[in-house]
Amino acid sequence: MAEMKTITPPLRHEDVADLKVGDAVHITGVIYTARDAAHKRLVELIDAGEKLPLDFEGQIIYYAGPTPAKPGKVIGSVGPTTSGRMDPYAPKLLEQGLKGMIGKGIRGSNVVEAMKKWKAVYFAATGGAAALIAKSVVSVEIVAYEDLGAEAIRKLEVKNFPAIVVQDTYGGNLYEEGVRQYRKTDAE
Amino acid sequence: MREIPTEKITDEVMRLCIEANTLLGQDVLQAFHTFRDKEESPLGQEILDQLIENARIAADEEVPICQDTGFAVIFIELGQEVRLIGEGLEAAVNEGVRRGYTEGYLRKSIVRDPLNRVNTGDNTPAILYTNIVPGDRIKITIAPKGGGSENMSRIKMLKPADGAEGVKDFVIETVQLAGSNPCPPIILGVGIGGTFDKCAQLAKKALLRELGTSHPDPFYADMEKELLEKVNALGIGPQGLGGRTTALGVLIETYPCHIASLPAAVNIQCHVARHKSVVI
Ligand code: SF4
Repeated sequence: MAEMKTITPPLRHEDVADLKVGDAVHITGVIYTARDAAHKRLVELIDAGEKLPLDFEGQIIYYAGPTPAKPGKVIGSVGPTTSGRMDPYAPKLLEQGLKGMIGKGIRGSNVVEAMKKWKAVYFAATGGAAALIAKSVVSVEIVAYEDLGAEAIRKLEVKNFPAIVVQDTYGGNLYEEGVRQYRKTDAE
Repeated sequence: MREIPTEKITDEVMRLCIEANTLLGQDVLQAFHTFRDKEESPLGQEILDQLIENARIAADEEVPICQDTGFAVIFIELGQEVRLIGEGLEAAVNEGVRRGYTEGYLRKSIVRDPLNRVNTGDNTPAILYTNIVPGDRIKITIAPKGGGSENMSRIKMLKPADGAEGVKDFVIETVQLAGSNPCPPIILGVGIGGTFDKCAQLAKKALLRELGTSHPDPFYADMEKELLEKVNALGIGPQGLGGRTTALGVLIETYPCHIASLPAAVNIQCHVARHKSVVI
């Protein structure tokens, strides 16, 4: 595997330009969770020209909805959810300055185009490795939409959150490149 | 008649909800190791190592393996010599789910109405399949099912003329279309035969079989083996990032069908393949 980079949001253009598909990174600092329902609300605010509950400039959104924390723990298990469901909303947040998204699964062409235009990267976290990923979360605070429960927007302070750059600002796509490399030619 | 209070069922369902979500089966763990040794992609190896470590943390700390603690799919085999005492069976099961998901710190992922999506707040109701069987025992199996892999499942009413090849093509096509979304490595539950509804149920039921076992009929055992090889030749790999380990197993269930029909269903299960049973 490539050598490990540590990145800390807010990300600047240079930070993002430096990230290429296949890079294994550790994220240390603040990231925000948001899933379907929170995205729907955020985009409704953007469309109405209203103020968002937080400034996304340079930030990273983690597509995740944790389990409730057991007593004595800061968070429950917290792995990524399927990113494709956020594709209809993501370009509008990228326009707001969002620089990174963490999830699982390939993104649609509308997101790829917006990532190139607004210079942002997409990271994969290991789907299902939710107990392991929770170990990198240092603190949690709900910052918006508490009524959404697991789907509320949470501010996570993380240390060495493990992620892989899977779609970069250059149009690189590890989902396509990786599969091409290991596909047996006689496979149907 | 053996009398069993339905409270007992509530208690067992509660316990099984928590256990299934925190303790991964030995068969799945064994498959992680077997496929880790065969995986050629360094990134794929790293991901499988993460899954092994993840299962260890979940078991040690009694926390959910995955944050999607799923829809509580429950199978009950009810002995016909059992008389249930107390509240209704369905209510008792749902009370078990409610308590398991609340007291076990599991995520509540069920909305009351598919279009007016308000969370029920306690992960109820369960999906309950009840079978009346001979005897005086009750077997309860709980298989929490995550949304990511369920969403990639498919069913198709094939023509009888499509035959075995048609079924295999449909399975492979389904895995291709699912790609990285169901958190590969996956397990494939394949239902063949029955009616439209029965076939989907067969695919789900197939997933209860232990990994590493074969279908008792050599014809279908061979088909399972062939499909696993073909699926793993696709290159999708762990998390869809390329590699040899796309699936850990293919499990087929069949049922007689109509002379005009050949239904086939693929229920995709992610590597967090949870199911626990108890016999009362
Ligand atoms: S598909 Fe499975 S591993 Fe992936 S998020 Fe859903 S339950 Fe977890």
